Amino acid sequence: MTPLNGSGEIGKGLSMKNILLVDSTGGFLFSKIGKQSMKVKSELMDGEGITRTLLRLTHEILEKNKGAKNLVIVGIRNRGDCLARRIIKHIEEIEGVQIPLGILDITLYRDDFQRITDRPLVQETDFPFDLTEKRVVLVDDVLYTGRTIRAALGALIDYGRPALIQLAVLLDRGHRELPIKADYVGKNVPTAFGEEIQVKLKEVDGEDKVLLLGPD
Amino acid sequence: MQLKSRHLLGLEGMTKEEIHLILDTARSFKKVLERPIPTVPTLRGKTVVNLFFEPSTRTRFSFELAEKRLSADTVNFTASASSVLKGESLKDTIQNIEAMRIDLVVIRHKAEGAPYFLTRCVNATVINAGDGAHEHPTQGLLDMMTLREKMGKLEGLKVVIVGDIEHSRVARSNIHGLKSVGAQVGVCGPSTLIPREIEKLGVTVYPHIEDALQEADVLNILRIQLERQKGGLFPSLREYRSLFGITKERLDRTARDITIMHPGPLNRGVEIDSDVADSDYSVILNQVTNGVAVRMAVLYLLAGKRAKF
Repeated sequence: MTPLNGSGEIGKGLSMKNILLVDSTGGFLFSKIGKQSMKVKSELMDGEGITRTLLRLTHEILEKNKGAKNLVIVGIRNRGDCLARRIIKHIEEIEGVQIPLGILDITLYRDDFQRITDRPLVQETDFPFDLTEKRVVLVDDVLYTGRTIRAALGALIDYGRPALIQLAVLLDRGHRELPIKADYVGKNVPTAFGEEIQVKLKEVDGEDKVLLLGPD
Repeated sequence: MQLKSRHLLGLEGMTKEEIHLILDTARSFKKVLERPIPTVPTLRGKTVVNLFFEPSTRTRFSFELAEKRLSADTVNFTASASSVLKGESLKDTIQNIEAMRIDLVVIRHKAEGAPYFLTRCVNATVINAGDGAHEHPTQGLLDMMTLREKMGKLEGLKVVIVGDIEHSRVARSNIHGLKSVGAQVGVCGPSTLIPREIEKLGVTVYPHIEDALQEADVLNILRIQLERQKGGLFPSLREYRSLFGITKERLDRTARDITIMHPGPLNRGVEIDSDVADSDYSVILNQVTNGVAVRMAVLYLLAGKRAKF
């Protein structure tokens, strides 16, 4: 198991036989696979671009929910939680209220435990509030197969019965394997299977940047 | 980071990194246990057999709860209600059970090495829940989890294990585990109950409890089994208490902050007094809570590891 530097849903194209479900939250490439070398094809967003996009997403969230009443933001580890924190900060700037942050680790809800032998690290899930009757905005960096979101929904429901759950993502790269759709999308990026989107955030990687990588 | 072995037979030989991986994972599971719905779907479809050839309440209950919290299917086996009474051997018993397709076996047995023997008869992953006077690895792990939680670290801590070291699997697992993570370990008890040459494990022997109290950050107090006294290894429970019993008086006299642990069940008024067991020094009930989280972590990390052919 090799933790990757950046995030992004890495996956299918490299070698269909070996790659199991690998997603933005886990960010794992299983050890036997041996990563094919990837080169940067283009920069999809820079730091300012990320900030502008998040600001727009924040306005959309507030518009659709008619303010911040009963709103909670839940970020999915390992980068969704950073984005969630930034959105909360923007909401504070706009509405002048502090809304609660939840951090979700979906490892225990993955659907591929029967297929993998190596165990991803289980990190803490942190909900300092009751979800019942809350309007939950789930935040992740990249929407890809939809399996991470399916797992996150399963986990959320075990914490209570929210009034509704919405999904906000920084990027949607397509290739869905489940009927899941985001309510708020920062940027739609059509990608090929072999490609990889790497989201770098200051809190984790020291810089803000979104890169599109492809096979060398 | 993964565990090297697909079985958990003991803490002997386990690296510091492996132990911390289990404890970190257990910390996340402890959070799961605090939720309104403390169950996760992770081990759905896995079948675990709890094979208990020796009586146990705490450990068996704790394992069973851990398995259920992870959504595994569990089957319980107690020797007193099985064909073992009709003379069936351990090998036949387990091979018959495995023929029903199981993934993990949790075993407690009075014979040292019984879990190792099982690994040679079956393909399932084997977890040792106590084998004779050999090891009780999940107890060692939950003790370390409780200590790490309370003290913030394990490295450099001075832990003294008090009581019947000779017959104690808890002592052995604690010694191996604590040494591996860089703690200092001492043992204290009647000389008839301290194994000869135990110093070779890198352990300090304290013949007198007063000396141990002067140096220890933590006392792990073992249960004194009444049958040992009947076997003539020490004269009387009253004498044991006066020489090695942990009383409030003794603790107060040291004027030091010493954490008190005990794997249970307690013999109140023998190895530990009630006012010590129920005091703020004591983390005995935290040990029980952490037991479930540690066993969930072990099951999670081992389930799904396949046999190498």
